[in-house]
Amino acid sequence: MSTATASGATAIAAGDVTKRYGQREALRGVSFEARAGEVVAVIGPNGAGKTTLLSILAGLQPPTSGTVSRAPREVGWVPQSPAVYAKLTVAENLRLFARLEKVPDPDAAVAALLEQTGLVQRADDELGTLSGGNRQRVNIAVGLLAEPPVVLLDEPSAALDPRQRERLWEFIAALAARGTAVVFSTHNVGEAERYAGRVLVLADGEVLFLGSAAELETLVGGDHRPGAFGHGCPDFEAAFVRFLHARGH
Amino acid sequence: MRWLLLKDLRILRRSPVLVAVLVAYPIVISVLVGLALSRGPDKPKVAILNELPAGETSFTVGGQRFDVSRYARELFKSVSPMPVDTRREAIDAVRSGQALGALIVPPEATRALQDAINLAGTEPPTLEVLYNVDDPIRAEIAESTVRARLADANRALSEKLTQLAARYLQVLLRGGQFSLLGQKFDVLGLERSKLALQRTLRSLPPGSSEARAVQSVVDFAELAIENLGLSGKVLAAVGQPLRIKRTVVAGHRTPLDAYAVAVSVTISLMFVTVLLASGMLALEREEHAFGRLVRGLVSRLGLLGEKVALAAACAVPATLIMLCGIGIFVHLDWGRFALWLVALAGGAVAFGALGVAIGGLARDVRAASLLAFLLTLPIAFLALVPPGTVAHGLYQAIRAVSALFPFRPAMQAVDAALNGSEPALPQTLVHLGALAAAYLALARVALARAT
Repeated sequence: MSTATASGATAIAAGDVTKRYGQREALRGVSFEARAGEVVAVIGPNGAGKTTLLSILAGLQPPTSGTVSRAPREVGWVPQSPAVYAKLTVAENLRLFARLEKVPDPDAAVAALLEQTGLVQRADDELGTLSGGNRQRVNIAVGLLAEPPVVLLDEPSAALDPRQRERLWEFIAALAARGTAVVFSTHNVGEAERYAGRVLVLADGEVLFLGSAAELETLVGGDHRPGAFGHGCPDFEAAFVRFLHARGH
Repeated sequence: MRWLLLKDLRILRRSPVLVAVLVAYPIVISVLVGLALSRGPDKPKVAILNELPAGETSFTVGGQRFDVSRYARELFKSVSPMPVDTRREAIDAVRSGQALGALIVPPEATRALQDAINLAGTEPPTLEVLYNVDDPIRAEIAESTVRARLADANRALSEKLTQLAARYLQVLLRGGQFSLLGQKFDVLGLERSKLALQRTLRSLPPGSSEARAVQSVVDFAELAIENLGLSGKVLAAVGQPLRIKRTVVAGHRTPLDAYAVAVSVTISLMFVTVLLASGMLALEREEHAFGRLVRGLVSRLGLLGEKVALAAACAVPATLIMLCGIGIFVHLDWGRFALWLVALAGGAVAFGALGVAIGGLARDVRAASLLAFLLTLPIAFLALVPPGTVAHGLYQAIRAVSALFPFRPAMQAVDAALNGSEPALPQTLVHLGALAAAYLALARVALARAT
């Protein structure tokens, strides 16, 4: 799959965002922007602040300081665990959230998303009876009901098998191709390299890098070429780990 | 909020076991509580071993015959006697729990009583009581029941003896016939003695030593007549030294069964509302939908209001149906139906607010349900502690704690609506409203932390 590319206009921007939990600083002056049609991956070690950043962008919690350019209602949010009701059917879940989102024609929006996610045949099945992959598809579909210009996905492929992951990324690529900005967090740096136009590396709440995967590899001397932190990284994951080590993480 | 409410009702409809448990459990509990409250142990079973020989069930004092069986009836007035033939049977009945206790009347009881009354210097008869102390509550009930009944029997007997003594005194005072050991005696009496002495005095020379001597006897007779005249009242007072006059100074008298209805309905209302409100709010977090909802789709307060409304909408009809069902068996004033609705709605809102506060603290439905049970059950029991049964300070502390939870004011509201009891319905509704506001605020804080 080819990496999605941006079309230009800023879809969402975070300006100098900080978040404190008591004495602990979860985010320290994070600034970045995602353009329409761009796919941005947020990667970093555990506790780096990835989920905190996405939850602030989604409006789940306010930042301690800093700004987010979009109101929560304008941002599609797809949490890591499917945030849908197991006792409702696929169609009922989509219809409920379409109504809560005040989508002008809920039935049409539901039909369109069932089609896009390939869940037409399972529309009347209760969520509790679906596989993890299908639940995640419904979860993503709910995030897209209001046709938001930006979609935030928190580790969307975490519970999926390889085939389901492939379908997910195809779906995300199609979204980006239609001009939706996609920001996702992941532990799988291989996915970040393959499917994101740019990667944002977070560690201890601080942005260490924002650019393409290739730029990061070049920086650390990937592809056996010499770089700022040495040379001889066999792949992007190795380059990422070396980068973190070099930056003291 | 409408869509969320419909969603929750749909989820409930698809969880028949949960709904059945939620409705059946409180109804079963409340009916049991109601029965327990309205049917106290008023006729506990007591095993009776009567060892009195046949024909020795009466004794005679002053020519008057006393039938022991008449006084034994006092013992059985508020117990259900269970006759046994041997001491072994009495012990087995108590051990097995068949009888609350056992009373053994020894064979020499009648004779000992006769001797004691005749001042023969012997000990009065001793009745033996057997009870099982494995269960301290049963032991206490057995002991106090038998003791109370014995006191009644003693009082009835002493009253009869007092009447007899008063009759003797009247004979001494006014004169008349007196019967002793089957023989009748004619007694002159003090009054007639005095008259005879006065007649004698008039025939004696005034100032003579004989006249002075007779005069002193006349004076003594007069003094004795005056004092013996009071003896009837004194003996009546001894027979029943304390009398009881009932005056209600606070509270409206509610029949026990009507009070039990109020208690059981409130318990039902509490369980259904608290469990539903806490469970359905916790479900939003368990399903991870909470975060999605509160980022602009619905306000946190709106979400709390929806859960309270859902719980109240389910609990009020359920308890109303239960109340109507109870109304078939227990007399209820159907003219107050509108007040029942108001009281149930007020209670449901306060219980719902408590439920969402619990649901806001819990991360999943199981934890919420457990927390709801842990919190509400002891509070309900505390609120049912009647005044005077514990130390004053402790009771005040219990009252203060009960006032912080909706059970007591909700029960008072239901009682006021059903029976017109005090405190009045508006007062309890204000209390419930204040609690609802406080618990909603608490739930709001809990939800802010949950994010």
